[in-house]
Amino acid sequence: MSDANPSVNDAILQVEHLSMKFGGLVAIGDLSFQARRGEITALIGPNGAGKTTVFNCITGFYKPSEGMLTLNRRDGSSYLLERLPNHEIPARAKVARTFQNIRLFSGMTLLENLLVAQHNKLMKASGYTVLGLFGFSGYRTASAESIDLARHWLEKADLVDRADDPAGDLPYGAQRRLEIARAMCTGPELLCLDEPAAGLNPKESMALNALLMDIKDNTGTSILLIEHDMAVVMQISDHVVVLEYGRKISDGSPHAVRTDPRVIAAYLGVEDEDVETVLIEVGDEDVIEQLDTGPDSTHGPDSSSSYFAGPVIDTVGHSEGERVTVSKGASKAGQVDARSGAAARPASPAEAKPTEKPSATKPAAKAPAKPKTPGDSNRGGGNE
Amino acid sequence: MAVTTSPERDIVATPMQRATREALYAGAIALGLFVLFIGLRTDQNISNELILVQRWWLLAVVVVLTMAGRFLYVAYGQPFLANQKIVDVATGLLPQSMAARFFRLPYFIAAVVTVAVLVFLAGSLDGLLGPGLAGYARFLRALATIYALASVMFYFRTFIHAHFSALGITALALYPIIVVLVLAVYGGSVAAGFQGSLKWVDNYGIQILIYVMLAWGLNIVVGLAGLLDLGYVAFYAVGAYAYALLGTQYGLSFWILLPAAGAMAAFWGVLLGFPVLRLRGDYLAIVTLAFGEIIRLVLINWREVTNGSAGISGIPKVTFFGLMSFNVSDPNYIAKVLDIATSSAYYKIFLYYLILGLCLLTAFVTIRLRRMPVGRAWEALREDEIACRSLGINTTTTKLTAFATGAMFGGFAGSFFAARQGFVSPESFIFLESAIILAIVVLGGMGSLVGIAVAAMVMIGGTEVLRELDFLKQVFGPDFTPELYRMLLFGMAMVIVMLWKPRGFVGSREPTAFLKERRAVSGSFTKEGHG
Ligand SMILES: Nc1ncnc2c1ncn2[C@@H]1O[C@H](COP(=O)(O)OP(=O)(O)OP(=O)(O)O)[C@@H](O)[C@H]1O
Ligand SMILES: [Mg+2]
Repeated sequence: MSDANPSVNDAILQVEHLSMKFGGLVAIGDLSFQARRGEITALIGPNGAGKTTVFNCITGFYKPSEGMLTLNRRDGSSYLLERLPNHEIPARAKVARTFQNIRLFSGMTLLENLLVAQHNKLMKASGYTVLGLFGFSGYRTASAESIDLARHWLEKADLVDRADDPAGDLPYGAQRRLEIARAMCTGPELLCLDEPAAGLNPKESMALNALLMDIKDNTGTSILLIEHDMAVVMQISDHVVVLEYGRKISDGSPHAVRTDPRVIAAYLGVEDEDVETVLIEVGDEDVIEQLDTGPDSTHGPDSSSSYFAGPVIDTVGHSEGERVTVSKGASKAGQVDARSGAAARPASPAEAKPTEKPSATKPAAKAPAKPKTPGDSNRGGGNE
Repeated sequence: MAVTTSPERDIVATPMQRATREALYAGAIALGLFVLFIGLRTDQNISNELILVQRWWLLAVVVVLTMAGRFLYVAYGQPFLANQKIVDVATGLLPQSMAARFFRLPYFIAAVVTVAVLVFLAGSLDGLLGPGLAGYARFLRALATIYALASVMFYFRTFIHAHFSALGITALALYPIIVVLVLAVYGGSVAAGFQGSLKWVDNYGIQILIYVMLAWGLNIVVGLAGLLDLGYVAFYAVGAYAYALLGTQYGLSFWILLPAAGAMAAFWGVLLGFPVLRLRGDYLAIVTLAFGEIIRLVLINWREVTNGSAGISGIPKVTFFGLMSFNVSDPNYIAKVLDIATSSAYYKIFLYYLILGLCLLTAFVTIRLRRMPVGRAWEALREDEIACRSLGINTTTTKLTAFATGAMFGGFAGSFFAARQGFVSPESFIFLESAIILAIVVLGGMGSLVGIAVAAMVMIGGTEVLRELDFLKQVFGPDFTPELYRMLLFGMAMVIVMLWKPRGFVGSREPTAFLKERRAVSGSFTKEGHG
């Protein structure tokens, strides 16, 4: 919205030196980036890169081990998110979020879901229940307004026909849209969406894009988006931040990121043809060899695990006791760095045979190409 | 064995063969289960020695009954139920429903005639049939009455369904009047009517309504907010003792102490709420259970204040808003003021309307709260706590308000209980009470006021009815006391209802707001809550 304003306040969210450790596992290490007001910022990276963890830190579900998260509201006030209690982040800092594994109030109707989202506003209007209990008229108008707002978002999400059905009865794609509508009913300035296009068919994905662009253009709400579907990311985002093993490996416009060799190496998230051209440009046969091995299913979560993962807190504690340290050498991006730092080798596009690449990269490259053996990962050690 | 249970054989086997086989299995299981429970019994002989009484005939009867039941069910019950779903080839219609075949006009007329004849003969039954048969005749009369009432309800079922709440409240409001009128006609005088109404108004009316109120209070915590509370009776105890102590020590009136007891219980609800906020599910249940026990043990052991297990007696009666009293010795005793005959029934009838009013207050507040942000937040909390926090709902205060509101109604019910009994002791507040209240909430359907009221009526009324079944003494011998089987029946009823309706009598949920039309939400979507 305030594109003209180049000051610090241009950034709605500033993440500075954010670290999150679970026991010995460094889920996020020294991450800094900015999300600009009125823009769609995408956060991408392979599975387990720490994207959801960043969201959990921003929305107060986790307290970061280190770092500062500053949210600048439109009215000039700033909040340090790491200091606010969980429920005050949506209420005061106006940050709303959705979840990777959809969390709706499935036994309540769509309308009720959107009314619950307006809780704080309605609580005040009802005089913290006391006045409302006696049929105070101020509450009645507020309640009618809240229903109008809910209807507005139901229309935007194309769900108004099902307003009186239970949320649990909706198909998957509609549940995703409802979760976004519910988040929007809190009147957020920053909307954090965790893989909103996961599990959607192409048509639903298009509708989602339209909804997000509509939110961006008409409400002035800035969006922070985690997404594996590169079509969505490239089409709608203004700015992309790429994570791998909790570290930022790239940051910039979608185009810049797409052609960044570190990103390609880490994350096969572009069209096959693009990989080909980029690899020819970079001219690294080793990278191509690496990619040819395809995703390693024995390491890392399988692609379905993220949808059905339990509640956020259910995953807490599984690493307790064991010290898991991610070797820096495990990073694909690091390997690219190391090699391009070394003497340039002659490019031989013929050997690359990119057309024979396994089609496993098709479903939006959900699975990362992870190192197979410790020796393999140690090879590129000592980068940065 | 492997051959007989294989699917191919199952298809070939006729219902008779299957029924015989299953009856044998059932008999074997029953034998194994009951051989020690029923077949043997330890007893004391005259010289106080422990002896083993063998009751093989009783065991045989039980096993044979089990087998017969299983046989009939598999041979006739299952095929019958299956046929219910098959459309008639000629007419293209489903067969008449069971209920339509069961409730028929001729049967109804027969039932009414039976009741009329037996009522007419009531006085001379013992003389005509002898005490043994007279018992059966009375039982028959009760059955015929129930059948006639059920038929009437069946014929008007759509109307009743549409206006259930209004009809229910009207029936409850008219209940004491009807009881007094019927008994007055029956007994031939108004005094007899009042005297006879005591049992019906007190044991059935007030007793059931107290449980309705308690279950509605607990419903806020368990049914709406999804917080499993096994110590609810503690708040009932706090309310009762608050009224008993303040009433006996300071002579304050019921109308002052009622809100005070509610506030006190709500305070304790918040106090309990704080430590258990971070707990969920089983852990929460155990801590609340412990809290209930702590309160009871404090009441027993803090003798100076609570008079220990001897309890507090002489609790003042409720007055008619200070205008009239129900103490015979007072100058403004109701019978003197209104110039009518002295009777203890007035107080009971007054108490009945009082608890009815309190119940309606509970229902009104619950319905109102459900449509307000706080009530929606309770239900949202039951559905998904993490999503609630992501929407800026303060889950701490939301849980505390649920605890406090539920506890407050428990406190109201407690002070009413103390006023009604005139005596309180820790014995009334044992864990079993919490369990019964929770069972009523679950049976009725969590969150549904109507379902819970029906469940309370069935469970509490049903156990009271057992006291009426004196004629069973003629069958099972004079030692048989039907009341002792209360809990057995309670348990059996729970199992049956849970098999038949796993979500309770009313499993669906009424939405609190709607855009186009209000449609009930099926129970399969709602969650029970984890904390
Ligand atoms: N509560 C927790 N306790 C321990 N480890 C955790 C916890 N939450 C996340 N992690 C770990 O942190 C790392 C990053 O997880 P995260 O869920 O943020 O990945 P992601 O980028 O969202 O992946 P995906 O694309 O699969 O959703 C993983 O290795 C995960 O196991
Ligand atoms: Mg994730």
